[in-house]
Amino acid sequence: MSSPFMKLWGMPILLGILTVIGLLSALFGDGVWDALSAVTLGVPVAVGAWFSLRRKRH
Amino acid sequence: MSTQSLRWWSWIHKWSSLVCTAFMLLLCLTGLPLIYHHEIGHLLGNDVEAPALAPDLQANPPRANLDDVIASAKALYPNKIMMYMSQELDEPAIWNVTLGDHPNDEHYKPIAVDARTAKVITEPAFEGGAFMSTMLRLHVDMFAGLPGMLFLGAMGLLLIVAIVSGVVLYAPFMRKLDFGTVRHERSTRLKWLDLHNLLGIVTLVWALVVGATGVINTLADVLLKVWQSTEIAAMIEPYKDARPLVRMASVDAAVKTAMAAEPGMQVGFIAFPGTPFASPHHYGVFMHGDQAFTSRLYKPVLIDAGNGSITDRRELPWYLTALLVSQPLHFGDYGGGWMQFLWAVLDVATIVVLGSGLYLWVKRGRRARAEARQEHGQKAPAVQPVLARSGGER
Repeated sequence: MSSPFMKLWGMPILLGILTVIGLLSALFGDGVWDALSAVTLGVPVAVGAWFSLRRKRH
Repeated sequence: MSTQSLRWWSWIHKWSSLVCTAFMLLLCLTGLPLIYHHEIGHLLGNDVEAPALAPDLQANPPRANLDDVIASAKALYPNKIMMYMSQELDEPAIWNVTLGDHPNDEHYKPIAVDARTAKVITEPAFEGGAFMSTMLRLHVDMFAGLPGMLFLGAMGLLLIVAIVSGVVLYAPFMRKLDFGTVRHERSTRLKWLDLHNLLGIVTLVWALVVGATGVINTLADVLLKVWQSTEIAAMIEPYKDARPLVRMASVDAAVKTAMAAEPGMQVGFIAFPGTPFASPHHYGVFMHGDQAFTSRLYKPVLIDAGNGSITDRRELPWYLTALLVSQPLHFGDYGGGWMQFLWAVLDVATIVVLGSGLYLWVKRGRRARAEARQEHGQKAPAVQPVLARSGGER
């Protein structure tokens, strides 16, 4: 995460890959695949909620 | 990025979003209840449940003859004709039958028939009741039929343009900031700019996929027409001079024939003669697999509705397969309750992105006018770098 490119794009790329895994895994199977999908799709949602709702203490 | 290209991308982002935002808000708002249409149907008492069988039958439930199932449904509306009958993979005890005045009747009558006893269970509310039906129609075509559908498809394309240009603009805005920075303390506008960027980039892939699959879905009618005029037309070529059907062959026998021809597959739905999924002389028996992915892929078996023999069977063309695979990715109905919930949260996040985008545009327009007034009469305004205007200096 040290290069300027990764500082800017590292997180968006990671969240994008997780979203793709989440969208595809449930398509190809049930049970464990649905659970994997819930976790991988859940991460971007959690990250979005965390950063938009937190308030930095001064 | 040069100032010039930044201006260009800003212009694309602004106008692609502005044109589609109102419609995207409509789609997000109406889509929200549609994610939970099963649960809402249950709450409203509109869902259909098969009655419990007598104890001696429960262990080995019978399968009713399909011709009896059809006869029960038609007894309610003797003057209507069969359009479709279908079955959900997880509810083999119910046949969903639709009857209409003609094969393309938009005001069809849905009837749920017990697949074990051939008794009518109920007449379910049309499209899940007045509320859900309104949501669905607003979401699909705004009550404007095919033109409405295609229009929303065009708006979906603009959304994709807006998302892509938004990603391009993410870089210059966020270069100096850590991921997820939300500057609460500076100004309301800056806070919403940061939230817009954060939620936009977090929902990026989901919004692209749901947007693109939505656009594909708007082409459903067109793709079906193409399929009818090419593949179906070729399959029924020998029937082009055939006389209209007088007596229909047994549907039960037709389905047994289709199942024997495609072992290991289940019947998804049966299209009756004259509907877009059949021909005037055929039953279209649409078989599908029973696994998560194969259940999305259909294989049509065309059965001569006069004598019950197989006319043809083929794989679906790639564009209909693409349509069928794109549907779950749009609906979010393939991964259980957690997926539904995440779909709803992402939908709400998208509403926030749309709303904040609109807010930023209004604010920026006001400020630009105020600046223009201030600078009027002073020295000619130097061309300000776009970033200086939109960034965090104030």
